[in-house]
Amino acid sequence: MRNTFLKTLVEEARKNKDIFLITPDLGYAVLEPFAQEFPERFINAGIAEQNSISMAAGLALNGKIPYVYSIIPFAVSRPYEQIKVDCAYMNTNVRIVGVGAGLSYGPAGATHHALDDLAIMRTLPNMTVFAPGSLNETEDIVRYSVSHKGPVYMRLAKRGEPRFNYKTQAGKFSTVIEGTDFAIIATSNMLEDAYNTALQYQKEGKSPLLLSAHTLKPFDKEKILSLIRKGMPVITVEEHNIIGGLASAVSEVIAPSGLAAKFLPVAVNDVFSHIIGSRKYIQEHLGLANLKKKIDKFLVSL
Amino acid sequence: MSLTDIKKNILRMAHYSYASHVGSAISAADILYVIYAKAANITPQNIKSADRDKVILSKGHASTALYSTLAEFGLLPKEYLDRYYIDGGILPGHLDKDSVAGIDASAGSLGHGLSLGLGMALAKPKYKVFVVQGDGETQEGSVWEAAALAAALKVKNLILVIDANNLQGFGTTSDIMPLDTLEAKFKAFGWETYPADGHDLKQLEDLLLKPQNGPKAIIARTVKGHGISYMENQLKWHYKSPNEEELKQAYSELDAAEKGKTK
Repeated sequence: MRNTFLKTLVEEARKNKDIFLITPDLGYAVLEPFAQEFPERFINAGIAEQNSISMAAGLALNGKIPYVYSIIPFAVSRPYEQIKVDCAYMNTNVRIVGVGAGLSYGPAGATHHALDDLAIMRTLPNMTVFAPGSLNETEDIVRYSVSHKGPVYMRLAKRGEPRFNYKTQAGKFSTVIEGTDFAIIATSNMLEDAYNTALQYQKEGKSPLLLSAHTLKPFDKEKILSLIRKGMPVITVEEHNIIGGLASAVSEVIAPSGLAAKFLPVAVNDVFSHIIGSRKYIQEHLGLANLKKKIDKFLVSL
Repeated sequence: MSLTDIKKNILRMAHYSYASHVGSAISAADILYVIYAKAANITPQNIKSADRDKVILSKGHASTALYSTLAEFGLLPKEYLDRYYIDGGILPGHLDKDSVAGIDASAGSLGHGLSLGLGMALAKPKYKVFVVQGDGETQEGSVWEAAALAAALKVKNLILVIDANNLQGFGTTSDIMPLDTLEAKFKAFGWETYPADGHDLKQLEDLLLKPQNGPKAIIARTVKGHGISYMENQLKWHYKSPNEEELKQAYSELDAAEKGKTK
């Protein structure tokens, strides 16, 4: 996904001379095509995230469109207050691109995991939050982001994500699989896991609806309400803390609606991972593996 | 206690786990060895106590250097070195204070260690706190916030060793953000500052033990992948893991170097 991001950004940068790419010294073996083609618009700011963000805001205040790229904790958490004041408060066209959604960095450890980024970016006024789950979504969102007014956060997975053939519309969930029995809403790197689960249900003759929540903010409230009104059970799937991410966004729609909802949130239950292993291995320990089993249990309980 | 064995373990862990950062770990191995052998009073008896000297490896990506050093000094079971960066492992890629005794601070996001060390030094003035960080890491603004305050507070038990190997994520530190004047910078901030050859054990020992009246910084010039010919000063060894053949060659080069010394 990071290579798809970069390839699309290079294509856009050929058309738009205001696009800059800034990195606090991460993205080796990923960012070079941009750096080579547009050396005057590529800045390695050194290992200094706060300066990277505020400098990007300075560029944006003068008409440029800077993309700041790093591993998520260093793109989002480290320079958070700079993002709040210089990107969100001043409503500048800074694009923050974080790589390594959820547990993508597996055995590197919790300093490199990203389980809080959707929550903290969602709370910032003016901030638009994207979390593509597939390569086609990544391309569409990068292209869209160039002309968007205001700051953008883009949560990228890492590598090996699926490609589907639908078009992505910012702010509206994408329908990945049509279905009528129940709705699985997945975001970011869990889209693939949810897709495989939905296929298993189809083999059983069931009809799951699979939606991709590639935009967390603005949130597609109408779609959630329409599902609830139809009485469809809703399952959210995210590699993120249960606090503040997709499950929270759905809850924020359901609670004030006064409608009775059948809702299963699958997320990380407010813990750091002290487990050592690959993404898949940690998933098993944090309750993100065996999606079908969890959903089966939920559907039976209804 | 064998420094060669520490380095072999670093290489072996990078080999079987396919993890990155072997060059960074080798770069810091001599520094950590001298700290544990000569400067810090950390023993199997006091390892679990809060009342002892502390070592913070702020460049947490060089974790294998710390794990191997701890194991060599009997502070960590040697078999744990077989459980690094793998499913069901004990030792993560970056440092987790809760993983094993002897990891005095979690690390993996750069520029935290010196501030943590300052706090630890203030909390226990009777004990020494050693912070090891990278030269690229000094690009983090927080390093200078800590540097200024440590000097203002005249903290006498804080020792910073900068593993200055002049290589970082994208290339040489001197290309990305020249910091050739690290000595002058720390001096200007009010630190007792000493340049050093980061692979000269005797020099490191003398500087680490030198009495101090305020915070002390040792700018240790090092070589990434030191002592392994194909690895030295090569950026790719920030990322690559040695294969079987490369591992063998590294072992034999380290053995030859040790033999040369003892003659």
